[in-house]
Amino acid sequence: MIDKLKLVSHVDAINWNKIEDEKDVEVWNRLVNNFWLPEKIPLSNDVQSWNQLTPVEQQLTMRVFTGLTLLDTIQGTVGAVSLIPDAITPHEEAVYTNIAFMESVHAKSYSSIFSTLASTKEIDEAFRWSTENVNLQKKASIVMDYYQGDDPLKRKVASVLLESFLFYSGFYLPMYFSSRARLTNTADLIRLIIRDEAVHGYYIGYKFQKGLEGATQERRDEIKDYTFNLMYELYENEVQYTQDLYDEVGLTEDVKKFLHYNANKALMNLGYEAMFPKSVTDVNPAILSALSPNADENHDFFSGSGSSYVIGKAVNTEDDDWDF
Amino acid sequence: MLLQADSTRESTAGAAERAAGEIDAGDVDIVYFSSTSGNTQRFVEKLGRPAARIPLYAKDAPLVARKPFVLVVPTYGGGDLGPAVPRQVIRFLNDKRNRSLIRGVIGAGNTNFGVAFCLAGDIIAQKCGVPHLYRFEVFGTPDDVAAVHEGLEEFWKQQP
Repeated sequence: MIDKLKLVSHVDAINWNKIEDEKDVEVWNRLVNNFWLPEKIPLSNDVQSWNQLTPVEQQLTMRVFTGLTLLDTIQGTVGAVSLIPDAITPHEEAVYTNIAFMESVHAKSYSSIFSTLASTKEIDEAFRWSTENVNLQKKASIVMDYYQGDDPLKRKVASVLLESFLFYSGFYLPMYFSSRARLTNTADLIRLIIRDEAVHGYYIGYKFQKGLEGATQERRDEIKDYTFNLMYELYENEVQYTQDLYDEVGLTEDVKKFLHYNANKALMNLGYEAMFPKSVTDVNPAILSALSPNADENHDFFSGSGSSYVIGKAVNTEDDDWDF
Repeated sequence: MLLQADSTRESTAGAAERAAGEIDAGDVDIVYFSSTSGNTQRFVEKLGRPAARIPLYAKDAPLVARKPFVLVVPTYGGGDLGPAVPRQVIRFLNDKRNRSLIRGVIGAGNTNFGVAFCLAGDIIAQKCGVPHLYRFEVFGTPDDVAAVHEGLEEFWKQQP
């Protein structure tokens, strides 16, 4: 690292009893409540399942997870940290430190998966692959460039696209395995990462929209053009990366739908309209329900699919006044 | 907060203070809650139907519905960490007058929250015995807006 880290120039003692933006407190609490460590997940229960995967599937898994490790490392070491000097409130700075630490937890949790399931040789091989894969390195360098740029809003755009879009070519695989009852504990761990990334993308996107408030139309147009250009650039690279990984197992087209679906959500986190129409975002229902058991189409009452008068599972709210 | 100040803009046209300390929701068939991020508000605005927003703060006068309505609600928290239903919505539904007029729920959320995806909608649907009509993410895609717009047209025709 040659570049000198840019730091906040002045710091006052943070007062959590004087809040400028309630969203900072809400998200801080949510992140703290969501805190987890990989040691809590019984990954060793997946050893048998791992041994039933084909060598091609095992290699794919190792590569997907080193790719995700690289993104989490970037986000923990550079991405979230680079947002701190741009923060508007001291509580926003604190939230970014939480995000940065959690990204490091994510990066480390892949190593927990590796050491549980694979040999040192396989692990070394996968990390070597991650340094040599052109498309993985390209996505890393695109994002790193923007983090080192001098535009706070553009940095947030890059960050949200990483949190809410770039991870998903990788997240697809454990959801796919989970839908087939394979590596289910690993999938549980990945779901915790996915939950965290969703809060990160939401929050950074919210701060981006705050930053855009009061900007001139010219500036808004510039940022919107930049966002969509960056999205196209990353998307093109992401499609190639997906082909590299998934062509051999015949899942590329399925993964691409998942990319489109998540690209839409990344754009929405930034306040922009979804870009991909539903004809190309029809994610495999098995993948969606691996992500969220509530997400399948039977829940659309309006579509008239018959059994759709679905009422939720009995859940007791803790609030005393929820007393009809 | 500014967002809150203009939030009930659409509904205030026909709304008046019903009684001291209450806000009449007016001639609307959608009631919604949206935090300062405004995602749910944005979805509701895209529907282009008259709607009333549940107030954000406890000090605000409570909203009282006058006509049958569908509630649009985001999920807070995530799974096992406390109440999924925003406390402002609980306050709104604790008023019997409001509860008796709810006809359906539309949930907002994110599938990334797993079992908590649109959980608030599930809870309210169950407690109030009304259908959870639709689920959308963030502020909804144009396809979601079209589906809900058409769905609501049909839904209200079928209501007695």
